[in-house]
Amino acid sequence: MTGAAPSVTTATTQTTATTETGATVPAVRLTDSTLRDGSHAMAHQFTEEQVRAIVHALDSSNVDVIEVAHGDGLGGSSFNYGFSRVDEFDLIAAAVDVAERARIAVLLLPGVGTIEHLRRAHAIGASVARIATHCTEADVSVQHFAAARELGMETVGFLMLSHRIGPSELAAQARIMVDAGAQCVYVVDSAGALVLSDAQARVQALLGEIGHQAQVGFHGHQNLSLGVANSVLAVQGGARQIDGALCALGAGAGNAPTEVLAATFERLGIRTGVDVEGVLAAAQDVLRPIIPHPPFADRSAIVQGYAGVYSSFLLHAERAAARYGVPAHKILQRVGEAGYVGGQEDMIIDIAIELARQRESARARGRSGQLSNGGAAVARRGST
Amino acid sequence: MSSRIVAAIVGPGNIGTDLMFKLMRGSSVVEPRYMVGVDPSSDGLARARRLGLHNSAAGVDWLLAQSPRPDIVFEATSARAHAANAPRYAAAGVRAIDLTPAAVGPYVCPPINLDVNLQAPNLNMITCGGQATTPIVAAVSRAVEVPYAEIVASIASRSAGPGTRANIDEFTEVTAKALEEVGGARRGKAIIILNPVEPPMIMRNTVFCAIPHEAAEAGILREQIEANVHAMVDRVRHYVPGYALRADPQFDPPHEQWRGLARVGVFLEVRGGGDYLPDYAGNLDIMTAAAAQVGDLLATHLYEERTGQAAAVQEVAGA
Repeated sequence: MTGAAPSVTTATTQTTATTETGATVPAVRLTDSTLRDGSHAMAHQFTEEQVRAIVHALDSSNVDVIEVAHGDGLGGSSFNYGFSRVDEFDLIAAAVDVAERARIAVLLLPGVGTIEHLRRAHAIGASVARIATHCTEADVSVQHFAAARELGMETVGFLMLSHRIGPSELAAQARIMVDAGAQCVYVVDSAGALVLSDAQARVQALLGEIGHQAQVGFHGHQNLSLGVANSVLAVQGGARQIDGALCALGAGAGNAPTEVLAATFERLGIRTGVDVEGVLAAAQDVLRPIIPHPPFADRSAIVQGYAGVYSSFLLHAERAAARYGVPAHKILQRVGEAGYVGGQEDMIIDIAIELARQRESARARGRSGQLSNGGAAVARRGST
Repeated sequence: MSSRIVAAIVGPGNIGTDLMFKLMRGSSVVEPRYMVGVDPSSDGLARARRLGLHNSAAGVDWLLAQSPRPDIVFEATSARAHAANAPRYAAAGVRAIDLTPAAVGPYVCPPINLDVNLQAPNLNMITCGGQATTPIVAAVSRAVEVPYAEIVASIASRSAGPGTRANIDEFTEVTAKALEEVGGARRGKAIIILNPVEPPMIMRNTVFCAIPHEAAEAGILREQIEANVHAMVDRVRHYVPGYALRADPQFDPPHEQWRGLARVGVFLEVRGGGDYLPDYAGNLDIMTAAAAQVGDLLATHLYEERTGQAAAVQEVAGA
């Protein structure tokens, strides 16, 4: 952070008058994940210059928390998820340098990143630790919450693919995270599969379980175009932290757009403290020129929402589809049937190989008129 | 002097119990004689009793007071317990095969580096992911230089015990280090995923190795890698019958977003033997199977050292 930060003007340019006065604490805190979830849609190719411009635009629009990391969290740069063009720690340091009032958050998936990554992020100025697990596996995060609290970081738990289990089971997992040190736990709709009341019921269940000790958050995706609507229902159900991304930049059909959230909440009289005109400009003038194509609910993305598939599998499925000559949406359908969870991007290749094999054996059958076995087991290589 | 090498298992949990079944069934060199725990109501101790093993809940104190003393102890407790016990085994001249992440001794994977470590007083079995993937990295790195190796291990949630869950960083850190030290990669990275799907998924491992550009093209280097991988899989299958390739190695040319690296991807499945644990728990099976294999080879070595003659059991051990 630079010293002598100029005082930031609060949002005063609303198109709708807010009757409430005197409130200094926003009712809902927006966390912008353009530079983390959006990293998926950018194939993790953000440059430092882009990060500086985006953080400046968000920060000067009073967005409270800005998340910066590889899309799969700290340590995610890999063959499996895609290598970062610029080391994420350099991007985090740049974000910290630019931000005058916003806090910089990082994401960590236990099993991908480690406490060592968290320490490094903290050392360069990240102050919010968001620890993510699959919705049934909260107990793998216990050591990471303890470490984050010890470092003095604010802590947020992320229960991914929250549609996979019911509200009360999800609340039990949130309890594990809070007991471990989480100060807020998010219902994370990683597949964009929650439909309205599904989202709200989960938020309410979490609130009932942890509400007296911790906040509840919601992270929505647009695969069924419900990211914003689900976020509104989440807030009406008691959620106090909401995620968005500029231009919806995120995995699958993208996240709930930060600028639409800010505008919608303002219309509803829900205070976020965010300057709506500022984030509209950030989306339109700063981010839009950077991104090659904004996220869109095409067939594959809708299949993800419909079949409950982890959103960041989309680009990987498209790549595997091109490599093996099989349709991406069929790969994603199979991923859904197999119940694969976030992080299992390697299984996309496995499925593509399998689909290609089935296609070949169907062709061979067509040619020879004979039945051949297209089973999963691989025949030992011959002399080819 | 016993004609067989006497072994003890310390830690009668899932791993220790599965290992007991494997040792009792599989080896003519190793005589599993003792099972040791700390909880008298342990299920594993009760099973050991029924199978006729000498057993006690009085821990390592009891074990080291027995006659005959074990020649080999398999430790399936926790890193902390093994760190405390290891010096006592060493002082008593008992060889230790460590199934915890304590890493007191060198990392070993039977087909790669056990032969050069047979003199070590303490051998560490790395991790389940390490046992499954270091052989493949070694197979590739014996053909070409591997500047970077990365593995993804996916296991069924039900097969991940509280120890793994409480310290998952230990898995990623130890496995990554073993990809370098045992696998021969210049830099290693490991990822582990727990999947709760029902019915539980069989353990899966994916190995990605960065390779020289020319090795991704059709030609002699690529053929060498393919041959090495297939041969290595056969060697591992020797002691882990459920270890299998899902597909032939997949070669991809250099990619801009892979920092200009070419890569080979190897997709593996590890189905457990179902000795005590269910067959989806290939992650636990490969640990106990590899430990049993190390036990067999170490016992053969100790036998030869002791008697000065080749063990007649060699063939059986390798069968």
